[in-house]
Amino acid sequence: MSADAVRRALYPLLGIAVILLVWQGYTRLLGVSRIVLPSPSDILMASIERYDLLLRETWPTVLESVAGFALAVAIGIPLAVVVASSRALSLMLYPVLVATQSVPKVAIAPIILVWFGLGIESKLALAFLVAFFPIVVDTATGLQATPAGLIELARALRASRLQVFAKVRFPAALPFIFSGAKVAVTLAVIGAVIGEFVGSVSGLGNLLLTANSQLESALAWAALVWLSVVGILLFAAVALAQRLLMPWATAGHG
Amino acid sequence: MSAFGHFKDVHQEFVRSDGGALLAIDTISFDLPKGALVTLLGPSGCGKTTFLKIAAGLLRATRGTVCINGVEVIEPQPDFGIAFQQSNLMPWRSVIRNVLFPMEIRREAGRAAHARAMELLALVGLTGFERAYPGELSGGMQQRVALCRALIHRPRLLLMDEPFGALDELTRMEMQDLLLDIRGRTGATVLFVTHSISEAVYLSDAVVVFSKRPAVVADHIEVGLPYPRRPEMRYSGEFTALEHRAGRALGIAQ
Repeated sequence: MSADAVRRALYPLLGIAVILLVWQGYTRLLGVSRIVLPSPSDILMASIERYDLLLRETWPTVLESVAGFALAVAIGIPLAVVVASSRALSLMLYPVLVATQSVPKVAIAPIILVWFGLGIESKLALAFLVAFFPIVVDTATGLQATPAGLIELARALRASRLQVFAKVRFPAALPFIFSGAKVAVTLAVIGAVIGEFVGSVSGLGNLLLTANSQLESALAWAALVWLSVVGILLFAAVALAQRLLMPWATAGHG
Repeated sequence: MSAFGHFKDVHQEFVRSDGGALLAIDTISFDLPKGALVTLLGPSGCGKTTFLKIAAGLLRATRGTVCINGVEVIEPQPDFGIAFQQSNLMPWRSVIRNVLFPMEIRREAGRAAHARAMELLALVGLTGFERAYPGELSGGMQQRVALCRALIHRPRLLLMDEPFGALDELTRMEMQDLLLDIRGRTGATVLFVTHSISEAVYLSDAVVVFSKRPAVVADHIEVGLPYPRRPEMRYSGEFTALEHRAGRALGIAQ
């Protein structure tokens, strides 16, 4: 590792350490109530002591987020292909897409709950709803941003429409699709938590609410930290998939 | 040399965004002998790239006819190979898969095609780079790959649009010798667009000099220097005289 790489790995950690230290000092030295603001060490202790509970409540949230995200990919990409391939359909569908996106998700969560119940389905639906938009928009943008030279080359070779799509447009759109997917996967976690807040019997969001109402602040904060870790890990998984599926993007620069 | 291609009264107008007409090519007529290397030389924006696209069947001329090998060209032909100013390589494909792209489109990417791709890569000095991605190659190497791709399906007509325009002077001279070598081996007829006078004279059997837009044939120069061309020829009196004649036709010399 070069000195710069070390610095890039170390400095963020150093920044976090400073914040945690100030936080710890502030709560301890000024005697802040543990209910109002637990110290980092309280949160760490809660994470360790309630490990079983936290882990048990993590799985429903992960499942909701991942399934919602997967559904968003499975429906979003084909829809983007349709939008990008026909101007008429694009004109017809785009405003509807934007309109659905501008509806606050928290506001429709109660309706979703009525439709799908308190179980995992309603959270999955909300995760899907928030993850869906960036995937459609970025994929459609990528499909329309194919370098003109490549299209011309394919035309000169008398490639069929299907060949142009499969061999040129789609691979050229992959970087766009992945940047949409990275945004979408973190949003999916937020969608799942919104669902859990509005009504649920399990999940980290549910645990956070319950702990809060019972004034177990350290546990509520621990749930919050675990939620962030889930988001970061899911993001990292998509980034890893990108590295594996697009080896050319890192070749020659590393 | 028997006649291979005829360009008769080719005329091209475009509709501008304000609705007016833009006259790109007034009248261009010339013959392309079989096996010849003919260069279209002209100032930037004179319509030579437009003309090449018409010859390639990528653009339909407003008026006039293009006839290659007994066929009126109104769409891209299977026995044409094309190389552009930008290498237009696909960053997600390795070198060998870029070269094989035309064969894939033709559904002929079998063993024989692979062997020929390796042969071509050896011919341009890229043995050992088959698995590299274009992003790992220099500009000159990328153009060599593009040249292999243009030749993979043994085209009868090779259309080249300033393929060495973006390269430095030394690489450009190397590529010119390489092109002449390959052309000697394949016997392909070549239509080559450039704005470099010395490149036009060095490469060609004949140079068709385009006037400023709207283009007409300002001069048709039979080069007459023997092949194989040698770099020393660039400094001969005959070569300089031909350059001078082309310069006069372009209106930059007395």
